[in-house]
Amino acid sequence: MSAAYNAMELMICCAARLLEDGRTAAVGTGVPCAAAMLAQRTHAPHLVILFEAGGVAPQLPTMPISVGDSRSFHRAVMATSMADIMETCQRGLIDYTFLGGAQIDAYGNLNSTCIGGDYTRPKVRLPGSGGANDLASFCWRIFVITQHDRRRFVEKLDFMTTPGYLTGRGAREAAGLLPGSGPYRVITDLAVLGYHDETKRMEVHSLHPGVTLDRVRAATGFELGVREPLAVTEPPTPAELLLLREEVDPHRYVIGRC
Amino acid sequence: MDIFSQGDGALLSDPSTDRAREFFAGKPRALIDKVMPVAEAVRRLVRDGDYFACGGFGCARIPTAVLHEVLRQGRQRLRFAGHTATHDFQLLCAGNGLGPGQTLAAVDIAYAVGMEARGLSPHARRVMESGEVACTEWTNYTLALRFKAAAMAVPFLPVHSMIGTDTLRHSAARVVACPFTGEKLALVPALYPDVAAIHVHEADRYGNCRIRGTTVADLDVARAAKRLIVTCERLIPNDDIRQDPSRTVIPFFCVDAVCEVPYGSYPGNMPYEYFSDEDHVRQWMNAEKDVEKLRAFLQTYIYGVTDFAEYWQRCGGLPRMQELRRQEFLLPRVL
Repeated sequence: MSAAYNAMELMICCAARLLEDGRTAAVGTGVPCAAAMLAQRTHAPHLVILFEAGGVAPQLPTMPISVGDSRSFHRAVMATSMADIMETCQRGLIDYTFLGGAQIDAYGNLNSTCIGGDYTRPKVRLPGSGGANDLASFCWRIFVITQHDRRRFVEKLDFMTTPGYLTGRGAREAAGLLPGSGPYRVITDLAVLGYHDETKRMEVHSLHPGVTLDRVRAATGFELGVREPLAVTEPPTPAELLLLREEVDPHRYVIGRC
Repeated sequence: MDIFSQGDGALLSDPSTDRAREFFAGKPRALIDKVMPVAEAVRRLVRDGDYFACGGFGCARIPTAVLHEVLRQGRQRLRFAGHTATHDFQLLCAGNGLGPGQTLAAVDIAYAVGMEARGLSPHARRVMESGEVACTEWTNYTLALRFKAAAMAVPFLPVHSMIGTDTLRHSAARVVACPFTGEKLALVPALYPDVAAIHVHEADRYGNCRIRGTTVADLDVARAAKRLIVTCERLIPNDDIRQDPSRTVIPFFCVDAVCEVPYGSYPGNMPYEYFSDEDHVRQWMNAEKDVEKLRAFLQTYIYGVTDFAEYWQRCGGLPRMQELRRQEFLLPRVL
């Protein structure tokens, strides 16, 4: 087994390791799904996967293309409605969710609605919230997995589709969002990041092997703090890579994107 | 009740309970045969300017045949509810920006333009970036909740999402304090579509429906819709329904037309029947990159065919459907 790995494989491993056994995760297609599947095959066999279109605890045979296709409830314990899944999240039963977006700011707020122009005539119209705003409002810990560059990590979003910590500490609660939930980790191709306990601003927790703090800062459009002691991300183990390549994503749908 | 904040998005439909009940008072509710061809159902039940909703999620269990017929019959200025609308939204956008007229006028948008893991639809982008389609923002759950409110015949339901974001600012939701606990909640208005189309596995000739797999928001869409077209993979005898009524998820009195359309979700996925035709969807997205190519593509697959069966015949016919069935059940490839 070669020790070499690509950035996607590293990101999936970082995410998988943060998912605790016996917890619940509302996931989407692609990287989050791969992370949850890897966690189930390593330290978290009792991790429960849910898909927002209604799939509960599927035994995924392959990666779903849609969060609503047949794979998303393959050998599941229940195929239900979108409202039932979202209401389970709203009741506080879902620990993790994974979100993405075209832009993220220092407080973990996300844009997946539009870029440039104005709202009625945007330069790029993106899909919108989908279930992201709901999941980010309801689930306890929000993960974002994304490429790290200045186009994505911006000082000011063009549109705030999905809430992170809004304007900082206490802002979610003041606005009326449910207390105790919020952004947890951002996993990129350069680093693993979290949020400062007091300010709720994004900060670097660990740098991936070979990546400098300067490089991460250069790829970030806002001022980025550091959690001391700054660690180096543990690379994927041969066992993780074997599972990822042979069981989780044998067709390289996700890990081949690098 | 104090309103803390409210979106400035347009309310694209009427949430009034009284006016909905007035409509439902006159809705036919007899246990009668409603079987008809899709073309006739669309002719009778989909009108210019209607608010239109679709069942399914993404490319899964979508009423493709009805959407094709809406395009062929040239319906104009529809309003639409887009909750993870992918190929269905692509189809409605095909009626915009390619010639005279405009199929789509306004969208309650939770998720559209995107094709999930496949990327963005180039033509849906073109249409939505042109400014000719009005948008009001929502989320997948709040759109589902709006259908649920309508199914319950209450003018709104409360939710703990959307708050604090631009999504709320461009919606028609309002944030208020709960009169019992004081906690802030977003209120989302009931959504009664003028007409909805849902594809199901089995229905009898009266419209009693069975769905396998996830139901998404369809059970509420069916109850909220003023007029409902059901397409089904198979018509089944009413006696089968009566043998096991626990499997009926949409009752006949919600339904105005029943159309038997085998492979009716194609090129989408139909759980336990056939997987999505990813090659065809990719071809579609490729054709969309160029307006002239898209015109020719639509001529081949929609405007130049008489009905849905002729469409899937052009897409490889029964051998292709058998291959997609093999993919759905993860069976070994037949050489």
